[in-house]
Amino acid sequence: MKNSSTQSQVIKRIFRQLKKYTPLILLSLLLAVATVAGNLLPPVLFGEAIDYIVDTGKVDFDKLFYYFVIIGGIVGATAIAQWLMGVINNRIVYGVIRDIRAQAFAHIQNLPLKYIDSHSYGDVVSRCIADVDQFADGLLMGFTQLFTGVITIIATLVIMFIFNWIIALAVFFITPLSLFVAKFIASRTYSMFKKTTKIRGEQTAFIEEMTGNLKVVQAFGREDENQQKFDELNEDLTKASLSSIFFSSLTNPTTRFVNALVYAAVALAGALTIIYPAVLPVTFGVGKLTTLLSYSNQYTKPFNEISGVVTEFQNAIACAGRIYELIDQPAQIPDADNAVAIENVRGDVRFDGVDFSYEEDKPLIRNLNISAKAGQRIAIVGPTGCGKTTLINLLMRFYDVQSGEIRVDGTGVTDITRKSLRQSYGMVLQDTWLKSGTVRDNIKIGKPDATEEEVIAAAKATHSHKFIMQMKDGYDTVIGEDGGNLSQGQKQLLCITRIMLCLPPMLILDEATSSIDTRTEMKIQQAFAKLMEGRTSFIVAHRLSTIKEADLILVMQNGNIIEQGTHDKLIAAGGFYKNLYNSQFAN
Amino acid sequence: MKDLLVYLKHYKLQSVLAPLFKLLEASFELLIPIIVASVVDKINAVNAGGVTTADGTRYVVFACLILVALGVVGLISAVCAQYFAAKAAVGFSKELRSDMFKKAQSLSYYEIDNLGTSAMITRMTTDVNQVQTGVNMWLRLFMRSPFIVFGAMVMAFLISVTAGWVFAVTIAVLLIVVFGIMLITIPMYRKTQGKLDKVTAATRETLVGSRVVRAFCKEGEEIREFDKRNSALTKSQKFVGGISALMNPLTYAIINVGIIVLIHVGAGRVYDGALTQGQVIALYNYMSQILIELIKLANLIITVTKCFACADRVNEILKMQPALIHGTAAEGTAAEGAPFIKFDNVSMRYSGGGSDALNSISFTVNAGETVGIIGGTGSGKSTLVNLIPHFYDATEGEILIDGVNVNAVGDEALREECGVVPQRAVLFKGTIRENIKWGNENATDEQINSAVELACAADVVNNKPDGLDEQVEQGGKNFSGGQRQRLTIARALVRKPKILILDDSASALDYATDAQLRKNLRSLDYNPTVFLVSQRTSSVRYADKILVLDGGNLVGCGTHDELLENCEVYREIHLSQYSGGEELAKGVEL
Repeated sequence: MKNSSTQSQVIKRIFRQLKKYTPLILLSLLLAVATVAGNLLPPVLFGEAIDYIVDTGKVDFDKLFYYFVIIGGIVGATAIAQWLMGVINNRIVYGVIRDIRAQAFAHIQNLPLKYIDSHSYGDVVSRCIADVDQFADGLLMGFTQLFTGVITIIATLVIMFIFNWIIALAVFFITPLSLFVAKFIASRTYSMFKKTTKIRGEQTAFIEEMTGNLKVVQAFGREDENQQKFDELNEDLTKASLSSIFFSSLTNPTTRFVNALVYAAVALAGALTIIYPAVLPVTFGVGKLTTLLSYSNQYTKPFNEISGVVTEFQNAIACAGRIYELIDQPAQIPDADNAVAIENVRGDVRFDGVDFSYEEDKPLIRNLNISAKAGQRIAIVGPTGCGKTTLINLLMRFYDVQSGEIRVDGTGVTDITRKSLRQSYGMVLQDTWLKSGTVRDNIKIGKPDATEEEVIAAAKATHSHKFIMQMKDGYDTVIGEDGGNLSQGQKQLLCITRIMLCLPPMLILDEATSSIDTRTEMKIQQAFAKLMEGRTSFIVAHRLSTIKEADLILVMQNGNIIEQGTHDKLIAAGGFYKNLYNSQFAN
Repeated sequence: MKDLLVYLKHYKLQSVLAPLFKLLEASFELLIPIIVASVVDKINAVNAGGVTTADGTRYVVFACLILVALGVVGLISAVCAQYFAAKAAVGFSKELRSDMFKKAQSLSYYEIDNLGTSAMITRMTTDVNQVQTGVNMWLRLFMRSPFIVFGAMVMAFLISVTAGWVFAVTIAVLLIVVFGIMLITIPMYRKTQGKLDKVTAATRETLVGSRVVRAFCKEGEEIREFDKRNSALTKSQKFVGGISALMNPLTYAIINVGIIVLIHVGAGRVYDGALTQGQVIALYNYMSQILIELIKLANLIITVTKCFACADRVNEILKMQPALIHGTAAEGTAAEGAPFIKFDNVSMRYSGGGSDALNSISFTVNAGETVGIIGGTGSGKSTLVNLIPHFYDATEGEILIDGVNVNAVGDEALREECGVVPQRAVLFKGTIRENIKWGNENATDEQINSAVELACAADVVNNKPDGLDEQVEQGGKNFSGGQRQRLTIARALVRKPKILILDDSASALDYATDAQLRKNLRSLDYNPTVFLVSQRTSSVRYADKILVLDGGNLVGCGTHDELLENCEVYREIHLSQYSGGEELAKGVEL
């Protein structure tokens, strides 16, 4: 019963989520009571009214008019109550899912990058969007149908007890059968829905991967293979959803069948009590039997709805489970209580005996020691995949070291607030990322209060001003999702511009100019040199001209520093670096 | 929605059977009151002494058994109905999704440039799901509810024409209200969905940019911005929800007012002797029956409304027409003696682009030559090579391969000949082997290994514990940029293309690897024509021909030495690579 225990945990979680809306929920309940009463009363009143229409010439029009006014009043009030209930239910449900989405999104900001790096974006997006939507549907159904359903059951039950307690008792004991059936089906379908959502997640990830890289797909003519793979996933999804949809939709007919049994039982018991009046201590007439039968129908109908809601709930809970799974992912280790915000950073950075690996069983960096003094230029070179990017992950504290320590100005990075640490670095990565928004917004990301002059000056320094002005709306041009129509090089220039604007005390440049042509690079070189003046800079580059002037060159291989020193020293040493350097001119 | 109905064509039988079984179930339900009425009559007869107690009991038990039997038959037909409806709805969405994916894949580079990935995902997942639910509900209810509603009206006319008119007017008012609300809410649901797209986009963007967001400590701002979009969505959901919520109370009120009118009219008719009390009760029961069915119908309509809105958005994708006209001929007839590749006065402008990306470019290339293409950012290098496999159409002029215009060659055949290594090194989820096989489905391990070797990626593969079977995560996230680039080169090489296009594909490689790679490419035994886009003169200097682009214009064409001599732009580029290292440059010149 592992399923039901996790399921009940999820349900508890949902109730906690709803707590904030207690007053609205109570109001909704109150309105539900009014609505049910308004729905149950008119039939009784109409019945009484019809009693005044007896036969030709025997109709009491005054009494009829009296009933019409009362019914009209009740109907009007009920309609308003019902509408208000709908509005309030919407308010609760959409409020809850807004809360959940906000919570999930905020949590994403707080997740360790390890989680983000190792999960497909499509899967996370599908949890935040599609799953939340499904959950909302279930919740809304719950509020609109569960409340009124339960109240209708109670009200009709009370009326039936007043009419004939024996039959009412019989009905009372038979109907749980339909709940039992509903629960049985629900527990079976829960795992089916879970499977369906899982396959749907896989399919979403596949769609994300392939539509995001359509150009490559087409260049290699992989359309057919992809279609085939998609269709396979699609087939799996179809099978899974067919069984989950079909089995869950059995709830209604089966409970309706149980209700038919109840109906037959009431008819039989009622008829027999009339035929054999001496056996049972209840006086009972034909008229009352008809009323009782129609009420037993009233009584069992909500059971159908409720069991319908129950299946929808299964789905909703499965989805909620996936959302909470995301929300409950352990967040990154929070800043220590006594963490300090570093200010006026000089830029002494030390690695002392640092060990790090992405996966526990595959050690990458072992016992790494680096000492970068304030204002130094540290170049990191080495064959691709040697761990250069990892070093940046550690500097920025995107990942935490497993042992050893990294210190900035003598303070261990774990004792520094992430915010102040990261703000001390200006980072330009090879993998450029721009927000959807205007060019100006993107440049100002590191310094939101920058003036227009400062923005333009920074853009001029990186020779971006010209191409920005050539765009449709200049600095107000909106860049779409994934950087839109900008070339890779232009995106990189904008990324450099934003650093140029906020001028942090330390720099991390990971292949920062890899997509910029060398002519432009030469032109912005001066600005770069000025930028690096007095700032501790970590530079990953394959252009040796940028590296040559570094104060310290770290040559990395397989996660270790195999050589370090200045250019001249390393060339003189005649090791790995010299080979690398000479190969620049190899044929 | 109409356009989507074709997707039910393989499920015609199920689509007919589902509502039919549902109708059967409804009919059985309608029989129950008649049986109960006969039971009541029997009891009355027993009480009046017309029938013996034993006979009466037997009759009552028999009638109740029939009720149970009707329940069983009803259950069976309902199960059948649910099964057929689910089968049809699920099959419908399966074929719809498959077609959408096919459509997405058939879009040309023009549409891809402007396509939002997240919008595409929502269309294929959430929207299709909603449509599926709509179809499922529709099949289950669309015949049952109108059957009962109009059936009740016909019965009313049979009892009394005047009462029948009350029914007709009530139903007409109901239909106006129901469809009015539908008409108002459908466009609003569409708008809401648009806002959901924005929320989706924000979520995706923050994931893709998580490093930069954190580097700039913009987590708070991201959250604020998301909350804004999220609240806009909520607001719009509440507003539409409020209007949709009018449906139930309004139908309830209309029906009850209808009953009041009905009883009033009925009372007059009874007074005149035209109707009996029993008939009024019957009319009243029929009207109540309409209400129960209408509530179901209203819920159905809400679902269907949502479904229509989603269907429209799905349709937008299906209706997209690729702007690129795909070549149709399976094979062009090669002209004798024509150069292998010829650009004849080619200009190219992107849709929505202000100026030409390429401007009157002409050059020829012989088979087996290596062509270097160099120029600044945005000079048109990528555009030029993208024209060769016909990813875009030239706005003016023509591109000829073996003397045949690329437009006249089947795209598939043309692209088969080309090995493309794109600028952005993308790998896909799967093993390394599967990724490389993209280049050639039938490649043996030997061929794969040789391609890997040539792409200088042998160490990438060998350092992985599972070698070629190593898993690649989505986007190749578990490989570094340089590793990805080399694997994408291997992927292009494994197909032994006639035309190999390297679009600045060595940018993340160190010089040693880059140099080794170029050496390997020159030694290929099948002698492909190579287009080498680069920003480094060292990469292109040994090319047979170097094209120098500047702002979309061809400003130089020749060998390295010729260009150094007579091309200003090329000279500048060359010198810039040695900035701050004159003595180095001198050393090389010597």
